[in-house]
Amino acid sequence: MLLEVRNLTVRFGSKTVVDSVSFDLEASSRLGIIGESGSGKTLTTLAIIGLLPETAKVSGSVTFEGKELIGLADRDFSAIRGNRIGMVFQEPLTALNPLMRVGKQIAQPLRNHQGVTLKEGLKRAMELCARVGLPDPDRIIRSYPHQLSGGQRQRIGLAIALACSPALLIADEPTTALDVTVQKEVLSLMNSLVAEEGSSLIFVSHDLPVVASITERVAVMQNGEIVELASVNSMFQDASHEYSRKLIQAARTSDAEFGHFTESPSA
Amino acid sequence: MSLILETRGLSRIFSLPRAGFGKERAVRRAVVDVNLKVEEGARLGIVGESGSGKTTLAKLLLGLDTPSEGEVRFRGQAIPLEDMHSFRRQVQVVFQDPRSSLNPRMRVGDIVREPLECLNVTEDHDTRIIEVITEVGLPKDLVQRFPHELSGGQRQRVAIARALAPRPKVLIADEPVSALDVLVRDEILSLLADLTTNLGLTLILISHDLSVVARLCDDVVVMQHGTAVEKGKTMDVFRAPRHEFTKRLITAVPRLPGTK
Repeated sequence: MLLEVRNLTVRFGSKTVVDSVSFDLEASSRLGIIGESGSGKTLTTLAIIGLLPETAKVSGSVTFEGKELIGLADRDFSAIRGNRIGMVFQEPLTALNPLMRVGKQIAQPLRNHQGVTLKEGLKRAMELCARVGLPDPDRIIRSYPHQLSGGQRQRIGLAIALACSPALLIADEPTTALDVTVQKEVLSLMNSLVAEEGSSLIFVSHDLPVVASITERVAVMQNGEIVELASVNSMFQDASHEYSRKLIQAARTSDAEFGHFTESPSA
Repeated sequence: MSLILETRGLSRIFSLPRAGFGKERAVRRAVVDVNLKVEEGARLGIVGESGSGKTTLAKLLLGLDTPSEGEVRFRGQAIPLEDMHSFRRQVQVVFQDPRSSLNPRMRVGDIVREPLECLNVTEDHDTRIIEVITEVGLPKDLVQRFPHELSGGQRQRVAIARALAPRPKVLIADEPVSALDVLVRDEILSLLADLTTNLGLTLILISHDLSVVARLCDDVVVMQHGTAVEKGKTMDVFRAPRHEFTKRLITAVPRLPGTK
């Protein structure tokens, strides 16, 4: 088992924001986490990678590659983050350093974790740019984030996350800030890269059709709890929890409405 | 059916800050030569990606921004009209995020009262407030509350109530459900559909989400780089898009497994 989460609980003061969350993730498998804003999906992932603010009280257990991550010292965590676990965040404009050329940012994890020189790192950054489908890598690595489009920035985010070939990629609403046409490109890119690398994926989103398109299993979160965890197929056929059923119903209604408008009745 | 809103050769060009000393100012053509005809009672969707000029177009339609070229006509008269109060009573707006569009220091009742006072609405304000709060499906006692005490969906209902208070003929909604959770989004869309039908409103709905427009609008305009690249009946445009960009938009909408 690559990742085992057991009774993960996060409290801020007296408020429980993640409540006894448990799930497993095997190597090369994919899990979607879906829920409304405030349901605890982002906090769950931040707890896994140890990026919660110090005011948060975390209990339970997270085992990754056989190692307990809860309570792990910062220095040991740094050896895992960006190396064995890659992360992609929602808004690439805030996730990237505005003052640093993107080539250097892509090279950073390689320099930190694999001890490569800046020169070698930049060379690898150019290869990574090509892999994430950015044209003209030579120019791209010398650009600052503000000189790139939203889609290009998110591709850079993906290049940084995948630089060290992580065993697990955590993507938190990676396409929410993007236009639909760009979202489609980034999703298909992420899909093929994760498959090529053989990485596992945790994909957090509020958007059920998006999650269903990229993961095999879905965990539905509400008020800090996982209320249902099942394969995408069985969830759609026979969701057991009231809230999952509502989510699926809403997605179906909107999908049917759109289908009604786009497909001619004979098709 | 009579024409209620019309744009003729409408353009809005922004000049950007100089890139450096002695350099030319670049311009951004946010809206370029847009010609629209909106019939009374129509439900028109404006779709496009971020930066396509949707919101600038909305501001021009509302008379909140001045065109660089062309004009907006309301019932045949170019705006700004002599009597802008009358225009604002008849053309109202709902914005994307009620957290920023509602004044956090005002109670719900006062928020809804504001347009009635500012626009010199003559009917009894207290009665109208309760009426319109009920109309959007909120309990009456909510008028005493502040926006932060409400849920996201309730806040957007308040924003809709405020817009409807002066009994407008046209409602312009700029991404009214983008900031809301999926289930709440569903409720607000149903509410907007019911209200437009019951009140005979003309709806102009701006959205990046094609399924939202499919659900609410009979007509659609597709914007790209400030230009209206395609317009027509929603069903015709979505089933048989002619413009390359419209095709890309439609195929990019994520679909559920089992459907195509």
